[in-house]
Amino acid sequence: MNLISIFIVSILTENVVLTKFLGICPFIGNSKDSKNAVMMGIAVTGVVTISSLITYLLYYYVLVPSDTTYLKTIVFILVIASMVQIVEIIIRSKSKKLYDALGIYLPLITTNCAVLGTVLLNINNSFTLLETLIFSFGSGIGFTLVIYIFSTIRERLDTSNVPKPFKGTPIALITASIMALIFSRYIGG
Amino acid sequence: MKTIINGIKNENPVFVLFLGLCPALAVTTKIENAYMMGFCVLIILLFSNFVVSLIKKIVPENVKIPVYILIIGTFVTIVELLLQNYVPALYKALGIYLPLIVVNCIVLGRALSVASKERVGKSLLDALGIGLGYTIALILIASFREILGSNTITLMDGLSSLTGYRAIYKLPTSNLFPMNFLISPPGAFFTLGIFAGIINYIRGEKDESN
Repeated sequence: MNLISIFIVSILTENVVLTKFLGICPFIGNSKDSKNAVMMGIAVTGVVTISSLITYLLYYYVLVPSDTTYLKTIVFILVIASMVQIVEIIIRSKSKKLYDALGIYLPLITTNCAVLGTVLLNINNSFTLLETLIFSFGSGIGFTLVIYIFSTIRERLDTSNVPKPFKGTPIALITASIMALIFSRYIGG
Repeated sequence: MKTIINGIKNENPVFVLFLGLCPALAVTTKIENAYMMGFCVLIILLFSNFVVSLIKKIVPENVKIPVYILIIGTFVTIVELLLQNYVPALYKALGIYLPLIVVNCIVLGRALSVASKERVGKSLLDALGIGLGYTIALILIASFREILGSNTITLMDGLSSLTGYRAIYKLPTSNLFPMNFLISPPGAFFTLGIFAGIINYIRGEKDESN
């Protein structure tokens, strides 16, 4: 696969949320307000791109030579957790405003499976360094795009007439189903 | 006993709390994958709740989450290695969703909300209840998707490398079935949405009658 197609595929046809079911918790939980959704998406994109770079280097230059690849899950989650901490500290010292806006979402990224999932997929697909970066960035953009679209739909769902038992999460899931259907048809439909 | 039933019914992680949805949507294309995933989560929950509850007094408040994630990560790695060795077919089928149990909100959530406060016995019972509730939910979703979506019932396929038996039943096809839509990713969202709606409906009727 060339780099451009990896980028497009990671955003649209193999979208992290809609086809790989990663990051469903913030997708369903935090997507009620479109501004917050975009903030969350940007934070995830940043963290996933940086941590994919670090995990790539760690995996191929530390874990593989020392034959301890079975430790990858633990090492990766540690990298992500510390990345989130560092990003938090940097943002706090550089821009108070951005920190206030992103603040509560940053710690949540550690347990966002979109980040760990993408990092693990990079290794499973045996991407090169450049492909890893493109794929991770694309996945982050894909996450942001979908969570933004979804939040705008949900703002309208609130005022629409949904059968009572389906109010809230059930109708959100069915909406996500229709979105997934549309996204999976971008190529080859 | 009450704690266990609470985990299955009132606090069902998938249908009521909406936690741990990623694997609930991803691996439920086959019944076998679903109950193995549920079983792995159950085992990891039991061990992590046990250890977290044991060390709850030693761990300082501000490093709680990293410590718990490391504990969970250790057990996930152990389960991963066991599956890889004994049932490689299932290890492959569960794919990245197995290591992703580390960030599964259910396991971490229970460690934070129950195991770090309650005694060991209570934490274990809670883990058992929540784990069973999760497994039952996964099996329900997978049965619906597999039976209607691919007209098969896979009870034992990848596990046959361990047990020596295979149990896959084929159902007759017709114009309407199999509905391939249900096996596809959009079908997963759809199934869970419908299930959640139905369960809300049943719970709602009960609330009104009380």
